[in-house]
Amino acid sequence: MSLLEIQDLHAGYGVMSILNGVNLTMEAARIGVIVGPNGAGKSTMLKAIFGMLNITEGFIRFDGKDITGINSEQLAKHRIAFVPQEHNVFPTLSVHENLEMGAYIRRDDFSRVMDHVYEIFPPLKDKRKQPAGELSGGQRQMVAFGRALMIEPKLILLDEPTAGLSPMFMSQIFDRVIAINQTGVTVVMVEQNAKQALAIAHKGFVLAGGRNSYTDTGQNLLNNPEVAASFLGG
Amino acid sequence: MNEVVFFINKGVTAGLIIGSIYALGAIGVTMIFGILRFAHFAHGDMMTLGAFMTLILTAALASLGIVWPVPLAFIAMFPAMAITAFLAIGIDRAFYRPLRMAGARPVVIVMASVGVTLMLQGLIRLFAGVRGRDMFLEAPKEIFRIPFPGASRPVIITEPQVLLIAFTIVAVVALHWFLTRSRLGKAMRAVSDNPELAQITGINTNHVVWATWIIGGALACAAGTLLSMDVTLKPDLSFNILLPIFAATIVGGIGQPYGAIAGGFLVGFCETLAVFNWSILLRPIQHHLWFELPASMALVPTQYKLMVPFLILIIVLIYRPTGIFKGRVLA
Repeated sequence: MSLLEIQDLHAGYGVMSILNGVNLTMEAARIGVIVGPNGAGKSTMLKAIFGMLNITEGFIRFDGKDITGINSEQLAKHRIAFVPQEHNVFPTLSVHENLEMGAYIRRDDFSRVMDHVYEIFPPLKDKRKQPAGELSGGQRQMVAFGRALMIEPKLILLDEPTAGLSPMFMSQIFDRVIAINQTGVTVVMVEQNAKQALAIAHKGFVLAGGRNSYTDTGQNLLNNPEVAASFLGG
Repeated sequence: MNEVVFFINKGVTAGLIIGSIYALGAIGVTMIFGILRFAHFAHGDMMTLGAFMTLILTAALASLGIVWPVPLAFIAMFPAMAITAFLAIGIDRAFYRPLRMAGARPVVIVMASVGVTLMLQGLIRLFAGVRGRDMFLEAPKEIFRIPFPGASRPVIITEPQVLLIAFTIVAVVALHWFLTRSRLGKAMRAVSDNPELAQITGINTNHVVWATWIIGGALACAAGTLLSMDVTLKPDLSFNILLPIFAATIVGGIGQPYGAIAGGFLVGFCETLAVFNWSILLRPIQHHLWFELPASMALVPTQYKLMVPFLILIIVLIYRPTGIFKGRVLA
C-alpha cells in the first residue's frame, strides 16, 4: 500500500489556481523527487500537502487516512515533517533549542533522537549553544533538517534543500537524504538540481503547468530523451 | 555629603523607580509586538485597570480587618494580576483575535487597541470617578530613613519603592528563567522569531498567545499597582507613562524582552537625570567653576519631562533603528 496518495489535487492562493489536478503516490521508505520548470507548482505542491494553502479539489491520503487540509499540529502528530526552503530556522534560538522546538509536540523523552540528530550532523554538536542565525547556509540547512527529524517522521517533505548551497554542501545534503531514507523514512523533495536529485530518487515526478508531465523511476526519467530535452537542460 | 544624599534620593532612587515601571510595562508591549505583531496602545490602561482591581481587592481585605506586615495593596496585587491576565485574554478574544483571524493588517489592530484604550478609560471613569485615590487603606505608607555616613540628611526610600524594586528584580529573573528554560517560553521566542515556521513545527500558537497576554497583563497590573502605591491612583495614571513605555520598547529593540528592561531603565534614568537639579551637586566645587551657579540648574524643566523619552527615541530611530538589542525595525 502506498504511504502517501494524492489524487487530482487542485489548489492555489486565493482565487489563483496553481495546481490543476496533480497525482502523486509514494510507497513507504522511498525517495521521491519533484522537478519541473519555475512556476510549475513544485513548492506549491509541498505546501498543499502541508495544509498551507487552499485546496479546492482532490484529496491527500496518508497511511490510509484523509489528511486533506488538516492543520500542521495534526500533521506533526501524524509524523509528517516539512522543511521549507527559506527562513527554516529560528535565528535567535540556539541550535539545541531549534531541535527542541522540533520536538514541541512530543511529551516523551526525546534525548535519544536528539543524540541521533547530532550523530547525523556532527557540525551541529559543536555549535549547539550558538544562535542558529549565526550559522552558515549549509549549517542552517542541517539545523532545519535536524529540527524536522525530531518527531521521527514517517514522511519528510523537503523544499529545495540544496538551494543556494555550494556543490560540496549539496552532495553532503544528498548523502544525508539517502542516509535518512535508509532508516525507513519516506522523503519527498522538490529540487532545482534535477539531475543530481533524480539520480538518488526511487521515483521522479516532472510537473509542468500544475500537472504531471512524466512520472517514472528517477533513472528512467534521467534516461528519457524527451524529459532531458525539455526539463533537464539537454 | 548632603549633596550625595540628595543625588541618591532625587536621582538614583527616582530613576530606579520610574525605570522599573517603564521596564515592567515595556516587557508586555515588546512581547505583544513580538508575538502578535502590533503596538498595543491599550497597555497603559491595562495598568490602570489592574491597579483598580488591586484597589477593589484591597478594600475587601481591609473591610475584613486583615492586618499584614506588608501593605494590603501589595498582597491584593497578586490575585489582581491573575484577574488582569484573565481580562487581557478576554480583551484579545473580543477585540483583537477576530481581526487577526480575518487577516487584518497590523495597523488596523493598532487602531482597535486605541479604541480599547478609550473604552477602558471611559469604563474606569464611569465606575471609579475621576479623583485620585490612595492605595494605602489600612495604614499610611512607611518611610525608611537610612542614615548616610558623613551626611546630616538621611537617604529616604518608601515602602512601596522597596517593594517595587524587589518585585522588578524577581519578575525579571523569573521571566528570564521562563524564556530560556521552559518549553512554552522557548516556544514564545520561536513564534517571535518566525511565526510561520513555528506553525509548521506544530507549536500551538494559541497557547503562546495566551501566555503573552498572561505575562503582559499580569506585569501591567503590577506596574500600575506599584506606581499608584508610590504616588496615587488616578484614572489618567497610564496616559502619561504610555509614551515613555513605547520609547523604552523601541530603544530596547522591538520584540526583545531584555531590551525592554534595558530600555525602561535607560529612559527612566535619562528622564530623572534631565530634570535633576545639578546645581546642588556642583555647589561644593563652586569656587573651581568658571561660571556662577544658578539656584536651579536642570537640563530640562520638570514640566517638559515628557520630551526626554522622545528625544531618546528620535536619536535611536536615526542612528540605531533596531534599538540596543537588535529588535525589529518598524516598517
